[in-house]
Amino acid sequence: MHIIEDGNVAAAMGVKLAGAQVIAAYPITPQTPLTEKLSEFVESGELRAQYIPVESEHSALAACIAAGSAGARAFTATSANGLLYMHEQIQWAAGARLPIVMCVVNRAVGAPWCIWNDHQDSISQRDTGWIQMYACDHQQIIDGVLKAFALAEAVSIPVMVCYDGYLLSHTYMPFEVPEEEKVARFLPPFEPSYALDPESPANLNTVTLPDVRMDVTGEMAHGYMEIRYLLQEDLRAALEVAQEIEDRFKEVFGRGGDALLEPYRCDDAEHIVVGLGSLTYQLRDVVEILRNEGHRVGVLGVRLYRPFPDEALAAALQHAAGVIVIEKAVSYGYEGALCSDLKAALLAHRTDGGRPPAVKGMIAGIGGRDIRTADLTDALRAHITGTPVEGPGWIGLKLYDSFQDEAPPQGTSRASARGRGRERE
Amino acid sequence: MIQIRWHGRGGQGAITAAKIFATAAFKSGYAGVVMAPTFGTERRGAPVFTSLKLSEEKIYDISPIETPDVVVVLDHLILTEVDVAAGLKPGGLVVLNTPKPLSAHDFGGARLAAADVTALSVEAGLPQGRVNSGIIGVLCRAFDAVPFDLVLAEIEAEFKTKKPQANVQAAKLAYEKTIVRGA
Repeated sequence: MHIIEDGNVAAAMGVKLAGAQVIAAYPITPQTPLTEKLSEFVESGELRAQYIPVESEHSALAACIAAGSAGARAFTATSANGLLYMHEQIQWAAGARLPIVMCVVNRAVGAPWCIWNDHQDSISQRDTGWIQMYACDHQQIIDGVLKAFALAEAVSIPVMVCYDGYLLSHTYMPFEVPEEEKVARFLPPFEPSYALDPESPANLNTVTLPDVRMDVTGEMAHGYMEIRYLLQEDLRAALEVAQEIEDRFKEVFGRGGDALLEPYRCDDAEHIVVGLGSLTYQLRDVVEILRNEGHRVGVLGVRLYRPFPDEALAAALQHAAGVIVIEKAVSYGYEGALCSDLKAALLAHRTDGGRPPAVKGMIAGIGGRDIRTADLTDALRAHITGTPVEGPGWIGLKLYDSFQDEAPPQGTSRASARGRGRERE
Repeated sequence: MIQIRWHGRGGQGAITAAKIFATAAFKSGYAGVVMAPTFGTERRGAPVFTSLKLSEEKIYDISPIETPDVVVVLDHLILTEVDVAAGLKPGGLVVLNTPKPLSAHDFGGARLAAADVTALSVEAGLPQGRVNSGIIGVLCRAFDAVPFDLVLAEIEAEFKTKKPQANVQAAKLAYEKTIVRGA
């Protein structure tokens, strides 16, 4: 059945269908109506789960870690500074190998306060050991939540399902609601490989020495380094598991297909645009416009950002002359993180003697700045035709030149005031 | 692609109205439906707007609309605060809830469809100020994109616990009383 609802409802319906047993969430800003919807499902009895309203995002994930350790299917959701406040527990959940699923409704992080969309929040959690999936529409949100639980439980690694704040979370569009009997086939109840048991007490994740040693039963046990190596190895192997789960999903539901990348008109493309989330769907329209002008352009959406699909990405891009990465986040002091990751992948997997395509990084939509299709088209056209462009390559940026002629406002150093576009003179 | 921008006040039900129309449009065969409310600044009473795009094909571009074919205005008093016709395509349509005669309103070359939805909704049995089902009647009268009976069914479904028949009646009354100016 198709319904028209917003992205938060799509996510909440996915969590309900997945039969989450424990939901812990902090209900205040920057939280979204997603957890409100879940509390309604629990209140009405449609979802038989423990709903724990906690006093902070840090506690929300701590509660999920406890629930996961006890063998329950656990879910939480947050955004922006809420995600940052979880950071310690995010690392912990991955190290403890708990298959928690969290929706990250992507929003800008403060300062200054900004509730609108960009990807700085989830990208800043890139190195924590979580799997990160990015959705482009509501179908990918609701289906993605089901796939996320399946993947998390298959590899014992927590998963973030990231979707664009407002652009998807508060926008209404049609999507198909997965049928309950098919969900039951695709995602059986969670059978934890280990769960806390009062009859058989154990210490979990206590201080682990640098070297291996015998455990209490006299068996040789891994040290910290081995435990962390296995997390890394299992994350790398999760690339394949994610595709297997995607294939199984397609078998049961008849849609989906590519867990790692979503190419559009890339086969004969000279230039390929790469990005994350709903932006890559908007770029499909840009591709059509530019193709009508005679430019052979394609767009490649990265669906799974961690583990990074480096080999698949390099293979999908190697025939292109140029690659343009458009990102809604910056590794401040360098460039977009996806751009760096992609360049490394192209170098590592270049074919013998082959020259990797030239890569250009662009930034767009920071803090919810409108990403106009016309602006995207102009920026890409200028780049691929080699037209010199003024400015730093942030699409939609509106720097005011008058700023530098005035005395800097109190509390602002002259150097930082000068930093704003002085070199453009 | 059909682009409709809905102007109302926070709490007035513009989003619900757009959602009803969007759902009816989807059921009538538009595969592409995207409705994006004003982001982040919703306050009761403040002017808000919602973008609705309809297309035969799935819509990939969810950026806000800039050149609407139709603007729907739930409250004529907003006209003093918001340039509702901004970006309206030449020959576009303004759908307006107003107690004033059509001659009191000027939107350049745009077509104008208007009815006193506020009064008609009360006549239909709705509480004062509930205009979001009635305004859809005005829209349907002047803009033939979605069959009116499908829209009425959707109004009834949306308000199934809140006077469904009065809401349907408000839409019907507004449909009948709508006056259209322009080609």
